[in-house]
Amino acid sequence: MLELLARLELGLIFRALMRNKIGALLIALQIALTLTIMVNAIFMMQERSQQMARPSGLDETNTFYLSNTIFAQNYNTQTALQQDLQRIRQTPGVVAVTQINAIPLSGGGWSMGLQTKPGDDLEGTGTAVYMVDEHGIEALGVELIAGENFQSSDIVWREVGSTKWPPKTIITKALAEAMFEGDWKKALGKTVYIDNHQPVQITGIINGLQAPWNGWNGVERSMLVPQQLDGKGSRYFIRTEAGRRDELMPVIEKMLADSDRGRIIRNVTSMQQTRDESYQEHQATNTILLTVIIVLTLITGFGIVGLAMFSINRRTRQIGTRRALGASQWQVMRYFMLENLLISFAGVILGAAGAVGLNIWLVATFSMSPLSPVLLVIGVVALLIVGQLAVSYPALVASKISPATATRGRA
Amino acid sequence: MFSYYLKLAYLSCKRTWGMTLLMVCAIGLGIGASMTTITVNYLMSANPIPQKSEQLFFVQMDSWEPNNPYSDDGDAPEQVTYRDGTYLWQAQKAKRQSIQTGMSAVIEPADKEVLPFMVQGRANSADFFPMFDVPFLYGSGWDHQADLKKERVIVINAELNERLFGGKDSTGQTVRMAGEDYKVTGVIDRWNPKPKFYDISTGAFNAVEEVFVPFSLITEQKFSRSGNTNCWKPSESGFQAFLDSECIWLQLWVELPTEQDKQDYLSFMNAYAKEQHQYGRFARTDNNKLRDVMQWLENQQVVSDDASMMMAMSLMFLLVCLLNTVGLLLAKFLGKASEIGVRQALGASRNDLFIQHLIESGCIGLAGGLLGLVLAILGLEAIKVMYGDWIRDLAQLDLSLVAMAIGLAIVSALLAGLYPTWRACQVQPSVQLKSQ
Repeated sequence: MLELLARLELGLIFRALMRNKIGALLIALQIALTLTIMVNAIFMMQERSQQMARPSGLDETNTFYLSNTIFAQNYNTQTALQQDLQRIRQTPGVVAVTQINAIPLSGGGWSMGLQTKPGDDLEGTGTAVYMVDEHGIEALGVELIAGENFQSSDIVWREVGSTKWPPKTIITKALAEAMFEGDWKKALGKTVYIDNHQPVQITGIINGLQAPWNGWNGVERSMLVPQQLDGKGSRYFIRTEAGRRDELMPVIEKMLADSDRGRIIRNVTSMQQTRDESYQEHQATNTILLTVIIVLTLITGFGIVGLAMFSINRRTRQIGTRRALGASQWQVMRYFMLENLLISFAGVILGAAGAVGLNIWLVATFSMSPLSPVLLVIGVVALLIVGQLAVSYPALVASKISPATATRGRA
Repeated sequence: MFSYYLKLAYLSCKRTWGMTLLMVCAIGLGIGASMTTITVNYLMSANPIPQKSEQLFFVQMDSWEPNNPYSDDGDAPEQVTYRDGTYLWQAQKAKRQSIQTGMSAVIEPADKEVLPFMVQGRANSADFFPMFDVPFLYGSGWDHQADLKKERVIVINAELNERLFGGKDSTGQTVRMAGEDYKVTGVIDRWNPKPKFYDISTGAFNAVEEVFVPFSLITEQKFSRSGNTNCWKPSESGFQAFLDSECIWLQLWVELPTEQDKQDYLSFMNAYAKEQHQYGRFARTDNNKLRDVMQWLENQQVVSDDASMMMAMSLMFLLVCLLNTVGLLLAKFLGKASEIGVRQALGASRNDLFIQHLIESGCIGLAGGLLGLVLAILGLEAIKVMYGDWIRDLAQLDLSLVAMAIGLAIVSALLAGLYPTWRACQVQPSVQLKSQ
């Protein structure tokens, strides 16, 4: 082992480094800070990407929705709503349509607490509420995994300001698991309580449907209730045959707008767009973080190149002398590669500590989750490679220095 | 002497142009990134109404559930119930008080050819306008009587005035909204406080509303409310039951010019809470709060976590760039050892050399700062594109920020240049001259 170390000239490199402490220290510090920032930035990106990758549970590519706002006086909202839904349903290319009170991932919606026992002071399980009709499951494109869909006879009108809830509900698997000790199968047929006292029976379970709020920790918990809102504002959620969404969006908008002048059709929006807008900030932050990582690595890399070039220029005569005394080109190159490795090593050790430190601060200040050690290891390896790549060009230049330089005067 | 040093700096930079370029780029990138994030943070944390932010107070009443405090840290809710809000408003105990909520309605233009459209608005009491120094293009707000009598009056913004009345003075005209005629009392001039401090419940950087109507009209149910509604206690069905419920959905601001006024108002609020406690409400009678504008914005953390995190990151990034510059400057100055030796031998004092090299560092800093400024402008443009509309007004450099960018760049470059300069001045002329 010692022999190997001797052959690698580590002692020599170390002693030479000690003569230019500051230069080496500056590179090491740069590498340390780069690692600190890089690892935490990648970690933040991962967290966001994972959030964005969660499926919403619905058929996002073939669905869109619109808002219907009535301003005419003396308007029969119930008849008009049924007519609208009927008209949309008859449009060729439409698979299903439902009236709905809120849109998944949109940021605005209703939430309620569900309890397994009735009572005022019990802590309920929070859930998003979607009011739909018997076409809701098909229109959203969610998958019913147990129980049954609502019948048309289940659907009741909900007046503005009403606090009455219908007797049936279909809930997501995640909500069922949250209420029944992790076993969603237990939930089917059970009665739970909404608004502290009103009993509701779970008649169906769907695989997944996200709540309107993507940052909520209960985002997977949703319930469908068989209600149609009776009021001057409503939303229709429409699912089309595969690939026909963009063609049908303007068709349906115009058809509805022309059919009745006492209202406005607005916000015709696809689910795809809703998702993009919902995660716009995440996406932007990730792009910025990625840019920071790339630029930072480049700066550190070029810094290494610059300093190595300089130190090689200063040592031209020494290198020439070594070459004249029999050192091979490879040995000269190896010298500089090893020198960089030594400095980088000090840098990444310091940087690893810094990364953990910054992460602890981020966890405390911005409630982020703790860093994974694997990421830290990857970061360390990546920076060591960057260092070696950066120094390889100057090292190559050094190795090309002719032994004859030794005999010439100072450049 | 200064111009001579500038010339020396120019020659020196030209000789090692690769390194100089690298340093300018490093400083430029560091400054660019920092200025981009500093700008966004600075504008997010700006005081939207500096002339009276310390006299305007947001009222928080803790009418929330007895067993579960509203927030984890025990703070009072962000909005008040209709009962409490209207009681405090009607009491008129403060110099001014504004009760408010968001609303939306459909406007039918007089010209039947133009399609009806939806507007976002605010239902507020008369004091809103004088209290928040709302600038008027034409006319003014309404008076307290209009609130009490539920008059159909409306204040519209300049854009809507343009759209409906071609930008002319429309005071006294009527606007058909939600099936009724509203008389225009005033047109608001360009007014866009950032943060939109008077209501941050649905986003601290939203645009100001297009219409304003008396809050008392909310009970007529002509238009729909918008904003957040939070309830903890089940209530009966119907609108009256909703108004009487424990749901919180409106905001109350009061203007209290002196500290004494503030204390008096707080005692008034607490006395009211105690009284209500006797009827079984207000489990926590002394958890009522008055926060002024900046305290309220701070409490609500309008500076997003992302923004502060990015700023921390970019400042560290700047630090890396500076370390880079220190290393490169050191290399550069030490590379000039022989030149320094000659200059010393020819009579330049250490002081002269020190100033000469600091000027060189400063020039590199200035160039880096200018590059950084360009990068910051590009960075802010990129942010506008990526984050969308709401950030538009938060991504603008003003003069003080530009000065700050250049100042930051020069100061950082000088700091980075200090050690290398000091080292350069330590050169022994005899050693250098001998080795020639």
